Amino acid sequence: MPISNETRQTVAELDRKYEAGFITDIETDLAPKGLNEDIIRLISSKKGEPEWMLEQRLKAYRHWLTMPEPQWAKLRIPAIDYQDAYYYAAPKNIDRPKSLDEVDPKLLETYKKLGIPLREQEMLAGVAVDAVFDSVSVVTTFREKLHSAGVIFCSISEAVKEYPELIKKYMGSVVPYTDNKHACLNAAVFTDGTFVYIPEGVRCPMELSTYFRINEAKTGQFERTLIVAEKGSYVSYLEGCTAPKRDENQMHAAVVELIAMDDAEIKYSTVQNWYPGDEEGRGGIYNFVTKRGICKGKRSKISWTQVETGSAITWKYPSCILLGDDSVGEFYSVAITNNHQQADTGTKMIHIGKNTKSRIVSKGISAGKSDNTYRGLVRISGKAEKARNYTQCDSLLIGHTCGAHTVPYIENRSPSATLEHEATTSKVSEDQLFYCRSRGIPDEEALTLIVNGFCREVLQHLPMEFAVEAQKLVAISLEGSVG
Amino acid sequence: MLKIENLHATVADREVLKGLTLDIKPGEVHAIMGPNGSGKSTLSYVLAGRDGYDITEGSINFMGQDIGEMEPEERAALGLFLAFQYPVEIPGVTTTTFLKTALNAVRKARGEKELDPASFLKLQKQKLTELGMDADMLKRGVNVGFSGGEKKRNEVLQLAMLQPKLAILDETDSGLDIDALKVVADGVNALRAPDRSFLIITHYQRLLDYIKPDVVHVLAKGKIQKTGGPELALELEQKGYADFYDEAA
Ligand SMILES: Nc1ncnc2c1ncn2[C@@H]1O[C@H](COP(=O)(O)OP(=O)(O)O)[C@@H](O)[C@H]1O
Ligand SMILES: [Mg+2]
Repeated sequence: MPISNETRQTVAELDRKYEAGFITDIETDLAPKGLNEDIIRLISSKKGEPEWMLEQRLKAYRHWLTMPEPQWAKLRIPAIDYQDAYYYAAPKNIDRPKSLDEVDPKLLETYKKLGIPLREQEMLAGVAVDAVFDSVSVVTTFREKLHSAGVIFCSISEAVKEYPELIKKYMGSVVPYTDNKHACLNAAVFTDGTFVYIPEGVRCPMELSTYFRINEAKTGQFERTLIVAEKGSYVSYLEGCTAPKRDENQMHAAVVELIAMDDAEIKYSTVQNWYPGDEEGRGGIYNFVTKRGICKGKRSKISWTQVETGSAITWKYPSCILLGDDSVGEFYSVAITNNHQQADTGTKMIHIGKNTKSRIVSKGISAGKSDNTYRGLVRISGKAEKARNYTQCDSLLIGHTCGAHTVPYIENRSPSATLEHEATTSKVSEDQLFYCRSRGIPDEEALTLIVNGFCREVLQHLPMEFAVEAQKLVAISLEGSVG
Repeated sequence: MLKIENLHATVADREVLKGLTLDIKPGEVHAIMGPNGSGKSTLSYVLAGRDGYDITEGSINFMGQDIGEMEPEERAALGLFLAFQYPVEIPGVTTTTFLKTALNAVRKARGEKELDPASFLKLQKQKLTELGMDADMLKRGVNVGFSGGEKKRNEVLQLAMLQPKLAILDETDSGLDIDALKVVADGVNALRAPDRSFLIITHYQRLLDYIKPDVVHVLAKGKIQKTGGPELALELEQKGYADFYDEAA
């Protein structure tokens, strides 16, 4: 029997609506496939890096060769063929554009499709954007205004050349290349990323934001972000990520380092929407990210907020080292998995200073055949007098074929510390869905409403401009999970 | 308005409604009384289209359409409303967001334009004032931490906002003290209109002192056993359901 048009249409509709799943047809400068010292030399020379940077990369690469894959997460990760990927891909026509007018219009079109208006006049008031396309930072907006406030906001490649002292001092100081295999690979092959430096006493006059986009097939993206907040400064930073739909898996191994001095505050928000793969679990991004911040100074504060909806596999634990007395670490997380997605995510709060406080609020939502694990470590050293931690982990299940797991690790060596841990697991109940539907709210919308309610506490911590976007993302990620 | 004919329905493979017939005309207020477990809530769920409540025989006609196969949201868009015996909690979703989502979903389904935020807030405030309710509850999660009375008032607020053609009130009086009962009854009475009908399900006669029904039915054994005027409710109050229990057993 021939396939009817209707069948074809139904199949097409069943295909998950991943709105960012288009490919930009643009000429690309690709390094040869595979990973070896020559590739690393090539990346370094393409970027016109100084010799010391190349040496650091090679040192990391040699160490990487000796490292095993991390094994402790509750993830099924197929063996990764590191030789079957490209480690450098750059859109051809952009050799550091001086202004937006020099940027390839196709690129601007891509970002527009993604809802990221690069043109300053179209931009959300007060948000400066750095956009990283495959391996290269394409454009950074609002530089002038930031510059006059003394804020440095530029691509990491530029920073290596223009602020070598700062980079030498801080890069790798929070996440050393020896930390784990993914972070080590990043140290060897990182291609771009963002550098932010907020001088003493400055309150960054706008939200800073970076959008990452993987476009090329079989390309890994290995960006590095480094944020340094000097005494008494404040910055709020947001990253967003997307990638086209592809049948093969793509690797994303990023490293983010945050450093907060006395009385400084860094608020770091992520809306992660990498391609999650299709209903059968084909394709999707492997998201292996090492994010860590250090509250170096007294009364400093680092706050991580993440909304993780994409990626086939998420392996990510944004952490805080609370070194300064009275410093504060926060972790607010929403992780949604659907279909065959797997997420193992959480945080580490390492209390070293006196009176340090941490707060963890994690909301895991699992649907389809997915698996969602919260993994969190709270470590309180003997010196951390009167340290406090509050942890709340809530899991929400949609359907019967998904899994939710909570794995807390607590190591306390301080008798005066206070730790509180609450965990709940619930299902979206048929009662709730029926109640909404009896009021006229269709089932998918009802589910979105209920899930957004469940995540509210976390979404409230996102910068306002992005909270709405995140709510829509919740709706898109849950498509097809009821009925 | 609503015409139920020879309705048989099963829940968890058990026949609970066994040939129920009912006819409600526009503007009428009908009361259904019956002992616990007689199938009152089942009837309300079957009417609203809840999954797991299956019609095995007979038909439900509402607003000139057979609604037996319709989804709950489609019935709501047609103008059917059920005030729950046990309103459900939805943590993190404010009452205001819930009301707005529901109202706009219904408007959209009817091909009307969604209300802009300002008009919505105005309407909400007006209804709140009419019902003498506290604006504070709008900011709280739907029914989360509400007292019994607040939950029932919230049902009446939703009823007032959605302006249905037929409102089914399932034991809205249960668990209310006399003051709360009056507030709820006043709210319902204010909504009585020539083109709006009510089906009031209750175990006790008390509520009917405040909401005067046109017709009273006794439900037992999955069927309407007796139909009369308001005096039937008083009679039941005195005699109880003993007669019907005997038959039901
Ligand atoms: N979901 C259900 N599963 C199994 N039995 C049910 C269910 N709902 C109702 N019943 C049964 O159907 C009968 C009628 O219940 P119900 O409609 O709630 O009565 P009422 O509202 O009049 O007290 C009862 O015997 C009850 O146990
Ligand atoms: Mg009942």
